[in-house]
Amino acid sequence: MKLKKLSPLVNPQSIALVVVLLVNWALFPGFFNVTWQDGRLFGSLIDVLNRGVPVAILAIGMSAVIATKGVDLSVGAVMAISGAVAATLVTDGYPASVAVIAALAIGVLCGVWNGVLVAFLEIQPIIATLVLMVAGRGIAQLITAGSIVTFADPLLISIGTGSFAGLPMPVVIAIVLLFISVFVVRSSAVGLFIESVGVNRAAASLAGIRSGLLLVAVYGFSGFCAAISGLIVAGDIKGADANNAGLWLELDAILAVVIGGTSLLGGRFSIAMSVLGAIIIQAMNTGILVSGFPPEFNLVVKAGVIILIFTMQSPLATRLIEMRKTQRAVARKAS
Amino acid sequence: MKFFTKLAVAAGVAALLSSAAYADSLKGKTIGFSQIGSESGWRAAETSVTKQQAEKRGINLKFADAQQKQENQIKAIRGFIAQGVDAILVAPVVSTGWDAVLGEAKDAKIPVILLDRGVDAPQDLYLTSVASDQVKEGKVAGDWLVKTVGDKKCNVVELQGTVGSTPAINRKKGFEEAIKGHDNIKIVRSQTGDFTRSKGKEVMEGFLKAEDGGKNICAMYAHNDDMAVGGIQAIKDAGLKPGKDVLVVSVDAVPDIFKAMMTGEANATVELTPNMAGPAFDALDAYWTSKKAPEKFIITESKLYTPNDDPKKVYEEKKGLGY
Repeated sequence: MKLKKLSPLVNPQSIALVVVLLVNWALFPGFFNVTWQDGRLFGSLIDVLNRGVPVAILAIGMSAVIATKGVDLSVGAVMAISGAVAATLVTDGYPASVAVIAALAIGVLCGVWNGVLVAFLEIQPIIATLVLMVAGRGIAQLITAGSIVTFADPLLISIGTGSFAGLPMPVVIAIVLLFISVFVVRSSAVGLFIESVGVNRAAASLAGIRSGLLLVAVYGFSGFCAAISGLIVAGDIKGADANNAGLWLELDAILAVVIGGTSLLGGRFSIAMSVLGAIIIQAMNTGILVSGFPPEFNLVVKAGVIILIFTMQSPLATRLIEMRKTQRAVARKAS
Repeated sequence: MKFFTKLAVAAGVAALLSSAAYADSLKGKTIGFSQIGSESGWRAAETSVTKQQAEKRGINLKFADAQQKQENQIKAIRGFIAQGVDAILVAPVVSTGWDAVLGEAKDAKIPVILLDRGVDAPQDLYLTSVASDQVKEGKVAGDWLVKTVGDKKCNVVELQGTVGSTPAINRKKGFEEAIKGHDNIKIVRSQTGDFTRSKGKEVMEGFLKAEDGGKNICAMYAHNDDMAVGGIQAIKDAGLKPGKDVLVVSVDAVPDIFKAMMTGEANATVELTPNMAGPAFDALDAYWTSKKAPEKFIITESKLYTPNDDPKKVYEEKKGLGY
C-alpha cells in the first residue's frame, strides 16, 4: 500500500534527476552545500533552481501548447522582445511598473499573434511560430538599436536578482506561476479541453469546445510565460541583450517538455513534469560547470544523459519493466 | 610574429581625436563600404567609426548593410563597381567564395580593402587587409596579469568565448603564451560563456562555488567584456569584491567595462579597436599618393586600458558609437 502511494514520485524523470545530482556530487563534493549569505541561500543547488527558471517558465507555457499538438518556436525571441521593451521604457524614464506591464502585454500580444495564425489561418504551428522566432529577434534589436540597454531600476533588477524568504526571486516567481497554472488547468475543465483539442481538434469542436479561442488563449499564455522569462533574464544581467537573450532557449523548453513525458503528438500533458525536465537540464549544465570538464564536452555529456532518459521512457523500456513486474507477480503466486 | 611587430598602426581613440591634416588624395573620393550587418555592439561601433573617419577625410562613403548574407555583400560590391567608386571596403561575412567578385573589382581597377576578417582568395585580388591580432589581445591581457601579480601565487579562472570560434581559440592561446614560464599563475578552471553576459554570470557562479566560495580564485580572465560584466555580478553576489578580491581582466574595451572600471570593479581590458577604417583610409591615401602597394596585412593596435587611463573619459567617448 505504502509503495503505491509513492509510485507517482518514482518515475524515469525523478530517477534521472536524482542520478544527475548524485553524479554532480561525486564530481564536486561541495555540490549539496547550501549556506546562508547576505540574507539568502547560496550554493550550487540554489544555482540549479535559479538558472533553471527561464527554461522552466518557458516549459510551463510550452507544455500547454504542445498538448494542443502545437509547438511555439518563438518563445526565445519573445523573451528578447520583452526584455528590450522593459529596458528601453525604464531608461526612457517610465516607472518600472509600467515597463513590466507593457513587457507582459507585448508578450501576450506576440502569443495571440501566433495563436491567430495557428487557429484561424490554420498554418502549421511550427511554421506559424517560426515567423516570430526569426522576426522577433529583429524586432527586439530594433527596439534596443542593436546594443545592450543597461538599466539601474531597482524593481526591474530585483525580478532577476532579488530574493524572497531566502530564495532567489526568479525561483519564487516560477513556483507561484507553476501552482497557479496547475491549479487553473487541473481544477477546471481547461486541461481536458486542451488535451481534447490536441488529440482531435475536429472532434473537440463538434463536442462544443471553442477550439479556436482556446488555441489563441494557449499561445497567448505561452507568450506571457516567455515575457516573464525575458524580464527575469534582463533583470539578472541588469540589461536587455537583444542579440542573445533567450537564444535557442525554445529548444531547451521543448526538450524540457519532452523529458517531462508530454508527447509532441498532443494530448496528455503535465506542467509539473515539464518543470522537472527543465531542472534536470539545468542540473546537467551546472554540474558540467562545477565538474571542471573542458567546455568541448558540454554538449556531448548533455546528449548522452538525454539519450539515457529517453531510453528509460521509451515504450520498449516500459514494456520490459512491466514484463519483469508480471514475472515477479507470477513467481510470488507460484511460491 | 613578423606581422605583429610590423606596422602596428596607431588607431583607436588617438586617431579619433587627432585633427591631423589629411592628404588631399582622399578628398572627394567615393568609397563603398560593404558591412556584414549589425550582429554585435562592436560591429555597430565599427560602422559608426567608419562613417566618422570618412567624414573627417572628406570621403563620400556609400554604405551597404548585408544583413549577415554573403550574396548581399556580393551584390553590394557589384553595385559599387557599376557605380564606378574609387575604392571598396569589405568586412567579409565568410572567408570563402570571394574570388569571382574580387576579380571583377580588380578588372575594373578598383582597389579593395578587407576589414576585420580575412578571405581565402589569392592575395593579388585585394590591396590589403586591416585586422586585429587576436592572439596578441590575449597576450596583452596575460602580460598585464603577470606584471600585476608579480611572484604571488595566482589561480585564474577563464571565461572562454563560444567553443571553436576563432577569437576564443586565439585569445586563449595568447593568454597562455603570456603566463607560460610563470609557474605561480595557473588557469584552474576554463569554461565557455558563449561571449554573453548571462552565460558569463552563470559560469562564474559555478566557478565560485567550485573554488571554495571564490577564496581560491585570484583573477578572472574573460575573452570578452560582456562575459566579464556578467562575471563581476556573480563575484559580487558571492560576497566578494571584484577588482580587489578577484582581479578582472578582459578583451574588447566596450563602454560598459569602463563603467565597471570607474567603480574599481574591473582592472584591465584590451581594446579590439572599432577603427579598422582609419588605417584602411591611410593605406589608400599612401597608395594613391606614392603608387606603392601597402603591406598585405595591417595589424591594428591592441591597446591596454586600466583604471589609470581615465575610464570616465573613454566611456563618454565610446558610448555614442552604438556599442
